[in-house]
Amino acid sequence: MALMKVKFDLKKRVKLAQFVWLMYWFSVMAGVLVFSMGLFFKIELRKRSEMMDNNESHFVPNLLIGVGLLACGINAMGGKICYDSLDPSKFSRWKPMLKPFLVSCVAFNCLLVLTALLCFLMRIPLQFTLAEGLKNALKFYKDTDTPGRCYMKRTLDQMQMEFRCCGNNNFRDWFEIQWVSNRYLDFSAKEVKDRIGSNVDGKYLMDAVPFSCCNPGSPRPCIQYQVTNNTAHYSYDHHTEDLNIWKRGCRDALISYYGGMMNSIGALVLLVTILEVIVMIGLQYVNTSLSNLANPEDPECESEGWILEKTVKETFTDIMDKMKAMSKGNAVDEAGVDGVATGS
Amino acid sequence: MALLKLQFPLQRRVRLAQGLWLLSWLAVLAGAFTFSLGVYLKTELLRRAEVMDNTEIHVVPNILMLVGLVTMGINLFAGRVCQDSLDSARFPPWKPFLLPWYGLAWMVCVWLLSAVVLSYALQGHLEESLKVGLRNGIRFYRDTDVPGRCFQKETIDRLQMELRCCGNTNYRDWFEVQWISNRYLDFTSKEVKDRVRSNVDGRYLMDGVPFSCCNPGSPRPCLQNHLTDNTAHYNYEHQSEELNLYNRGCRQALVDYYMGLMNTIGPGILSVISLQMSVLVSLRYLQTSLDGVDPENPEADSEGYILAKGVKETMMDVKNIMFKLLQFGQVEAGDEAEAGADGEKAATSS
Repeated sequence: MALMKVKFDLKKRVKLAQFVWLMYWFSVMAGVLVFSMGLFFKIELRKRSEMMDNNESHFVPNLLIGVGLLACGINAMGGKICYDSLDPSKFSRWKPMLKPFLVSCVAFNCLLVLTALLCFLMRIPLQFTLAEGLKNALKFYKDTDTPGRCYMKRTLDQMQMEFRCCGNNNFRDWFEIQWVSNRYLDFSAKEVKDRIGSNVDGKYLMDAVPFSCCNPGSPRPCIQYQVTNNTAHYSYDHHTEDLNIWKRGCRDALISYYGGMMNSIGALVLLVTILEVIVMIGLQYVNTSLSNLANPEDPECESEGWILEKTVKETFTDIMDKMKAMSKGNAVDEAGVDGVATGS
Repeated sequence: MALLKLQFPLQRRVRLAQGLWLLSWLAVLAGAFTFSLGVYLKTELLRRAEVMDNTEIHVVPNILMLVGLVTMGINLFAGRVCQDSLDSARFPPWKPFLLPWYGLAWMVCVWLLSAVVLSYALQGHLEESLKVGLRNGIRFYRDTDVPGRCFQKETIDRLQMELRCCGNTNYRDWFEVQWISNRYLDFTSKEVKDRVRSNVDGRYLMDGVPFSCCNPGSPRPCLQNHLTDNTAHYNYEHQSEELNLYNRGCRQALVDYYMGLMNTIGPGILSVISLQMSVLVSLRYLQTSLDGVDPENPEADSEGYILAKGVKETMMDVKNIMFKLLQFGQVEAGDEAEAGADGEKAATSS
């Protein structure tokens, strides 16, 4: 009992081949789209590589790029096969290759599903990478005279303004590090000496944030210094003040940005998988309908097409039997060789 | 002496018609391109509409959008005409429309050229409009509780951060206005009372700027207050400090931005003009070469030209035609008067 048997006359076969050929061209464009999405994702990761620690893995964008290129290749070949399928002489050249080609299509579809799954799961390692990277970035904010780190301040300022965030988890991260370089501190002043003396490491800590944490939507000019001191500013209560500086931490902001990007890319890859499955089924119908002509000499006669020659269960048991036969065959060969060697 | 006369054997005529068909479709795309350029420019101008005082500069994108649509229309017509041109039965119905078409195509080229010229000529008006708009924006920066002006602060802050500029001409514009609202000033403190009393209008002026003027590329954390006081900050000299704030004024930044846009759009428009002119010339050659075909022998050679006589003679002809039209009007009135007088005479004599 074949799976999903359909009768085909010549007209239907021609229409099927044309339709599948068109679908293959859409799939080639979908492959190009996946490739460009992978490239875009890779560039976005590189842009913020300073905020991530060195263990960041570019596995997912590289996989997307590879899968996109592979999709282009496989679909172009499938399109060529469909194009030649209407000409019996050309199609007979492709016949021996069709079964392995269809098997590789199945494997490729599994790879696509795996890629989509990885896209959705990549959020988790990214979270750890960003936590580590941002902590270090905040520490190096003041080192504008150290080669290799002199642009960290600008990068961090621009990122906080662009993503509307402040600090790692929230703005209090800035209170725990010294973000003003010693070059701009007057060590003869009493205030500076007091602050440095007040903690074990001798760091100049203050309850202040950089200007890039300021929210332009606040009705009041930005309060950056003495943020937790209500008496330092007129009509100010830092517990109720919401609009003065950004409340969100940059780790959350970056994760939701990259998370959104990865979710959309994952959804796109799933759609491409569905398209690939459709064209694979179409090609199988073209293959079977052309291979089972009732009268091989007459191209206009009717034929039947199916997805699987037997039912799913029977096909599966067939494959298992073949694999067992192959492994037994190896064992028999070895035993035979040994027997012959010992016998002679 | 015809202007730029060329011989057209049958094969050349066919090639001309095919080439013109292709060219007219390219010109349709060019018209769509012009329209989209107009839309883009208008969107960019509308984005900063809050810091502009008037909308005079909007005439440039409006012209581009209108002319883009007209260009698409006339080139679709040209494509249709040359599709029918090689069939001697279908071509004659189009003939009376060709002369107005030439006029319209000429007008399109003139309008496009005027749009390019205006985009440079209106630079002064744009600058004036921005000057007034930014001055108001800076004055109303503190009015975050006044309906209608409450977003002025956010607009100016975002403008300064995006375009990397500070103030109208430079950062000192902020020293001349009170940009902190009275709601946040403690009028019982001595410092506030001193500052308010120190000027005639009773405004709280200070040598400080908002945070949006800060330059992230500065090696030092941003200094916003007491900018002209060297002793207020350690190791600070305001005359030599360049990286702390943005040095450029927002008016200059916006003018540069828009002029950059127009400079990019300019060559595109000029190429659209040349494409339209080539469609016009080709259609004229096609028309005259088909007119010159002998009906008995449709496959013979014919001549094509741009003008039947030289430029001077054509201008004289046009002048004579205009005079005749005017005189015709006058003579008709004269004839009626004469006929009326004759009729009266006949009536009186009989």
